[in-house]
Amino acid sequence: MAQYRKRSWTFYVLATFFILFVLFLYGPMLAIYILSFQGPTGGLTFPLNGVSLHWFGALFEQQRTGDFAGSFTRSILLAFLVMICTVTFSVMAGLAFRRRFFGSTAIFYMAVASLVMPGLFLSLGIGLIFRVIDVPTNWYVSALGAQLTWTLPFGLLIMFAVLSRFNRSYEEAARDLGATNRQTLQYIVLPILFPGLIAVALFGFTLSYDEFPRTLLTVGPGNTLPLEIYAMTTTVTSPALYALGTVTTVVSFAAIILSLGSIAIIQWRRGGRFRK
Amino acid sequence: MKVPSSIVPYIQVAPLALILLVFFGIPLVTVVVVSFFDYVNFQTVPAFMLYNYEEVFTSGLTITLYLTMLKYSVIVWLITLFIGFNVAYFLVFHVQSLLWKIFLFLVCTVPFWTSNIIRMISWIPVLGRNGLVNQMLISLGLIDEPLDFLLFSDFSVIVAYVHLFTLFMVVTLFNSMARIDPAILEAAVDAGASRWQVITQIVIPLTKTGIALGSIFVVTLVMGDFFVVKIMSGGQSSSAVYAMWNEISMLQYPSAAASAVILLIVVVLMVVAILRVVDVRKELSG
Repeated sequence: MAQYRKRSWTFYVLATFFILFVLFLYGPMLAIYILSFQGPTGGLTFPLNGVSLHWFGALFEQQRTGDFAGSFTRSILLAFLVMICTVTFSVMAGLAFRRRFFGSTAIFYMAVASLVMPGLFLSLGIGLIFRVIDVPTNWYVSALGAQLTWTLPFGLLIMFAVLSRFNRSYEEAARDLGATNRQTLQYIVLPILFPGLIAVALFGFTLSYDEFPRTLLTVGPGNTLPLEIYAMTTTVTSPALYALGTVTTVVSFAAIILSLGSIAIIQWRRGGRFRK
Repeated sequence: MKVPSSIVPYIQVAPLALILLVFFGIPLVTVVVVSFFDYVNFQTVPAFMLYNYEEVFTSGLTITLYLTMLKYSVIVWLITLFIGFNVAYFLVFHVQSLLWKIFLFLVCTVPFWTSNIIRMISWIPVLGRNGLVNQMLISLGLIDEPLDFLLFSDFSVIVAYVHLFTLFMVVTLFNSMARIDPAILEAAVDAGASRWQVITQIVIPLTKTGIALGSIFVVTLVMGDFFVVKIMSGGQSSSAVYAMWNEISMLQYPSAAASAVILLIVVVLMVVAILRVVDVRKELSG
């Protein structure tokens, strides 16, 4: 054992490889966050020509960079809707899949197929249906549905992973003590699964907030943020684009820190209670 | 009112099943049906004809397009597999403290939760003509002229794909490697196996499921890509999906639908080929 676990040369080679990989992941992103603070006369590349918040201000001047504020609000609202639906429906479905029932395999395969489906295919299909039934597409019905075909399978797979570690004897103990189904769910199952639910919520929020092809033909008249950013890549040739990148990343990071932080706190408190 | 327990699963699964049926099942059928329709002057006309498919198959452009996409997916697959394997191997077998393991794993996954488009365009100031890489190479005196092949080329397309999708390999491989009992590796080492033998004869066979799942993710993501090829090649080449988007913007829905069906068939064939090599379901349950 000691022979294998000893820090051999492969450890140092792989550690270096890992560090390079992390640099590769974060380096370019850091570059644009720094460049978004470019001075008013600065360009799209280094060096920085002074430091300013000029380009963040430019985001809010509608004519120059499109409808940033509108698409930002729309994206956040949509992401919250998707998050709520994803958590509720994939948790329910996850609980259902603990038993074999007629049609469970078919539904599972439908979810997997929905996950690997090219997004624009789906977008086109939903767009065509709304055209046929003559209802205008909009972000809170058609785009919401389109995004759910992507987040629900993700949520379901996470629920499978979470539930496979769930010990059913807690549930049985609650029943034996006379708890109703509802009480078992409310006081036993959901509290135990809670960290997993936060993970599903994080995926629901961030996958929706960044969704592109499925939203493209289903969003209707107003853009979501990724569509707006995509449009900007072809029209805007100023650091305002980077400023937008920084702003969206701040939102993503807020979501990540909030969810991972609360999972950490819950696990820590649980650990504490066990020790007492 | 008491609900009989036999129908509880149906009630629980109903919302998910309904949403998938309405927003996945019906659109899928619609696209297939429309791919046989006719279109006249931007109007879609119900019909049954194979013209849309003939058009796609007889165009030399489609073949080139798919060959380019296949080339990208194979190259990206090989690179992401190599990186993913080494990163996951390091995290699982070399990092010993659990806290560090979780922390470093999160470091790898955080970018996944941020915007893909932003991550992609972040390569522009790095690889551009006046970008960081060129500036650095010139100041080091390694080159006199900026390198042009770095941005808006096959190179930058592949870099962007690898940057966006390696994560899927890392996560799936990490998952299956973490399930390997370290005692097996110790036993192999004690029995005199070399490092290389441990990897090829134990780790790789035991991580087959992870490799297959990661490959499915990477391959389908590259094939279904919309904008990476378009933007990172500087508009020189386009992806299969982008070609479809062009047809949609010209309101040629039936021919876009035919392209979509063909794309789906290609993607499904690739997934089936991967599953042929590794039976994921058997491995997951076993």
